Amino acid sequence: MTQDTARAELPTAMQEIADDFADLLAPQRLELLLEFSEGLPELPERYAGRLGEMEQVHECQSPIFLAVEVGDDPADSPGDRPVHLFFSAPQEAPTTRGFAGILHEGLDGLTVDEVLAVPEDAPYRFSLGEAVSPLRLRGMVGMLSRIKRQVALKTRS
Amino acid sequence: MPESAASTDPSPFSAYAHPDRLVSTEWLAEQLAAGKVGGPDGVVVLESDEDVLLYETGHIPGALKLDWHQDLNDPVVRDYVDAEQFASVMSARGVGRDTTVVIYGDKNNWWAAYALWVMSLFGHEDVRLLDGGRTKWVAEGRELTKDVPQVTPLSGDAAYPIVERDDAPIRAFKDDVLAHLGGPLVDVRSPGEYSGELLHMPDYPQEGAMRGGHIPGAKSVPWARAANEDGTFKSREDLEAIYLTEQGLSPSDPTIAYCRIGERSSHTWFVLTHLLGFDAVRNYDGSWTEWGNAVRVPVEK
Repeated sequence: MTQDTARAELPTAMQEIADDFADLLAPQRLELLLEFSEGLPELPERYAGRLGEMEQVHECQSPIFLAVEVGDDPADSPGDRPVHLFFSAPQEAPTTRGFAGILHEGLDGLTVDEVLAVPEDAPYRFSLGEAVSPLRLRGMVGMLSRIKRQVALKTRS
Repeated sequence: MPESAASTDPSPFSAYAHPDRLVSTEWLAEQLAAGKVGGPDGVVVLESDEDVLLYETGHIPGALKLDWHQDLNDPVVRDYVDAEQFASVMSARGVGRDTTVVIYGDKNNWWAAYALWVMSLFGHEDVRLLDGGRTKWVAEGRELTKDVPQVTPLSGDAAYPIVERDDAPIRAFKDDVLAHLGGPLVDVRSPGEYSGELLHMPDYPQEGAMRGGHIPGAKSVPWARAANEDGTFKSREDLEAIYLTEQGLSPSDPTIAYCRIGERSSHTWFVLTHLLGFDAVRNYDGSWTEWGNAVRVPVEK
């Protein structure tokens, strides 16, 4: 999917997170990222021991797995179905967990169309380049593109 | 008395070429208990991680954060900080030119070894690695804290001196590697990266390089082969079996190590230089993200 995303807007919840980060100084941005890391929801029981069925995000150097669920309703309007996200990342990888936490809070519960419309450069809009380094942000870009790919696949079938 | 016992026992690292480049978790715990952690006359402990937030989740008491990207890389040019920036990073952490520095980190000390290597570019004499790194300290149930030590930056005569970086002895640039072709090279990446089958899936961009493969003639010795399960370094005997006997490398030959961006190869640079006593090892920090994107350099698959 190629599209001009330079001016595309973030979903509301995600924009609020971006604004929160933008209001802070660099060291405090790390603290907020740590809060997202600590706030990442536990993997639900039904995924326990099933990491092999989740998708590994190879762009991250830490082992992180994600699963995407798309609801069945409304049956006649796939674009309006709700999307839910699940992540598993070790405590020793707080930055990766923080990225997952941002994506979870920003995207979980949105519709298929809303998730697919999230611009590819969204990870660069949290003012984290300076505090975290652009290189590390690539992991979040990888997570987002894998989420969108799975949402597209699961809606098509 | 643990302290006297430690001073009479032979160092657990005495078989290595430069045994004073490693400290054990036990030794560090003793220094902490004796109140010797903190500069400039004590031991300054630095944590250097891949994960930029890990220090904040808890660290060895008295340890200060040294981030490879924020503190050691130039913010604009792909290069390390200059002499002034380096001096200020050191002074801010209470490190003087003669201070004993112990570095540890996550991921089997990749980034700790990288930081040690960068400090060596500036000729800091007494810089050591904590064998086993953060993982071993945590696995042993030793204390972690979120308290960040307050350090008064060194200033005036006590400040870290402005010392120009001397890259030539231990750092290789692309042209150096081209001139070295035919000589011993060690590719420390995973076998998949070495063979050119980069990790990727349909619809995903390959990470960071236009071409896959390795520098012609490079031996494939993934960095992890030098480490035990617990992240400590293997014994000298085991290391010699891998690098000398199996790979045919020789301590007297100038050797170049590389990986993707130079961090894993810092680990191998440390092994070859300080544990096996190779005379002239250079780390090619441009590594595959430079070589795999460079026009018309030779690539082997």
